[in-house]
Amino acid sequence: MARRSVVIVDDHAMFRTGVRAELADKVEVLAEAADVDEAIQAVLSLRPDVVLLDVHLPGGGGVEVMRRVGTRSPETKFLALSVSDAAEDVIGTIRGGARGYVTKTITGPELASAIDRVADGDAVFSPRLAGFVLDAFAGSIAVAQVDEDLDRLTEREREVMRLIARGYAYKEVAGKLFISIKTVETHVSSVLRKLQLSSRHELTRWASDRRLL
Amino acid sequence: MCDDCGEMTDTDNIEAFTPRRATRSSEDRILGGVAVGLAVHFGVDVMWVRGGFLLSSVFGGFGVALYAGLWMILPTDARFDESAPGIAAASRQGKRPGRSSKLEDVGPLIALAAVALGIVVLVQSLLGNSMIFWPILLGTVGLAVLWRQADEAQRERWTDTTGRIDPLRAVLGKGGVASYARLAAGVALLLGALTLFAAQSGPTGVAREVVIAGVVGVAGLALTVGPWLFRLAGDLSEERAARVRSQERADVAAHLHDSVLQTLALIQKHSDDSRTVAKLARAQERDLRSWLYAAEPEPETSVASALRAAAAEVEDGHGVPVEVVTVGDTATTERVLPLILAAREAMVNAAKHSGAERVDVYAEMDDDQAEVFIRDRGAGFDPGQVPVDRLGVRGSIVDRMARHGGESTIRSALGEGTEVRLAMTTRLEPRPGPRAEGAS
Repeated sequence: MARRSVVIVDDHAMFRTGVRAELADKVEVLAEAADVDEAIQAVLSLRPDVVLLDVHLPGGGGVEVMRRVGTRSPETKFLALSVSDAAEDVIGTIRGGARGYVTKTITGPELASAIDRVADGDAVFSPRLAGFVLDAFAGSIAVAQVDEDLDRLTEREREVMRLIARGYAYKEVAGKLFISIKTVETHVSSVLRKLQLSSRHELTRWASDRRLL
Repeated sequence: MCDDCGEMTDTDNIEAFTPRRATRSSEDRILGGVAVGLAVHFGVDVMWVRGGFLLSSVFGGFGVALYAGLWMILPTDARFDESAPGIAAASRQGKRPGRSSKLEDVGPLIALAAVALGIVVLVQSLLGNSMIFWPILLGTVGLAVLWRQADEAQRERWTDTTGRIDPLRAVLGKGGVASYARLAAGVALLLGALTLFAAQSGPTGVAREVVIAGVVGVAGLALTVGPWLFRLAGDLSEERAARVRSQERADVAAHLHDSVLQTLALIQKHSDDSRTVAKLARAQERDLRSWLYAAEPEPETSVASALRAAAAEVEDGHGVPVEVVTVGDTATTERVLPLILAAREAMVNAAKHSGAERVDVYAEMDDDQAEVFIRDRGAGFDPGQVPVDRLGVRGSIVDRMARHGGESTIRSALGEGTEVRLAMTTRLEPRPGPRAEGAS
């Protein structure tokens, strides 16, 4: 498999250097960027497979990068990488278009496999993100009436999310539920889609309210 | 250190009642954010509130008066926005996305406005052209524009870091074309209203007109300046509160920086012992993270918080990271205490014996049930033959859960790690027996 091309966007030079060193033999790092404008320029000129995107970034945050790149580099996928675990940051970034969210303490090999997964068009859910999703989409629907209800999760999607939140890898989730990894990926991608497209007001409100509890 | 301990215990049971306050929305607003604020406060869709205001404005103008009154009195929600320090700082430095205007909300509003305009025209054509109607309409729009500018200026005062308030800034905020335009348009509309009124009243009864014009002028001035004065007073008290808060935060920051320095010193000392270094770094990271990004509730009131505290202890004690993910939360009562203790024991077991690099804890809680999973990818064991050194499993987990009416399941196999599931009802129904009144 060809090595993935990656652009690292983070305002901490030390962290960029660290990630670059960690990923050196696994992916091809095309460029680094330290703020929103640099990031947009790098993405549009280099068209990487994956952008490792810091959530807190001078110039409006990682969400701003995704908004302004828009559809101009359709093959580029965004993977959010942040030190913040705050729900409003996580949900905001996913809704802004990121295909996944991992925290900066992730190990090198885990990050490399997350990059592969995102580049393949799949979603990357950490246990914490799965927990947020379960919290945000409280209440599920019967499988019969699934389809286009974007505001709720199916029972199956909920099971997958719960297992991911319990620390199961996709492969283990598949084994536990007697389904294929591909099916797990389908469920996760569908949850990601709901997270991004759900119009329900409570979703964003949930994210900003929950710290007031 | 322990000077504080004594003071903290007695006040826990008294929970102050804080009434819910309606606020004006600063995010989704179109005019003053009153409708969105009310919709959130009463839990209804915002279009109903907006429609209500429009309809009652058209028939008799009560809606305008009500809206104006609420606009003046309700505080904006921006002043209650107290993010965790890390998030607040990132917002201030422009590293997080700010508010964005929502274009899709405008569509239905245009429709509503068109309907309202139609009704106005209909009423006009039925009742004939009232002399004061157009001046009043112009004047109202002018006031709305001016008040909107007052809101913008207020927002800028809050984000202004220079700390100075001079009168020009108080009115114009940071300046800019938009604020001048709003100011000019508002004043022009108000003057237009007065002129129109004077022109329509004609040469007769000039004296009466002058008196009325004077009254209107003064009233207009009071209405224009009113919000500024009102909010300026509000800001002053808010600033006092903010100063107290920032001092508290400075204290905490000092304490944290101190602990970071300690950790760095320790890391230098143990630089050849990678396990200790990782442990120290991990503990410090947890400390900083919880301060920057989470407003952690007291462990006494939140099971999620109690589990995180237990995980932190296990991490520090055994040097294995314990990741806790929680969904929902419930109060820590006497009823769920055994669950927390059993979960802690399971974490200790996993950290101590499994050899795994990480322990995952997942808890799902609602008002009826709490369920906790503790999972490791370590050595595992044969649950049928619990080794002697794992008496903790029998006594502290299985037996404890059974004694208190909970369930526990342990799945493990050699080489495949272990997962412990603990479940317990959290409902506070009186249990049979002498201790019927249960936990408080």
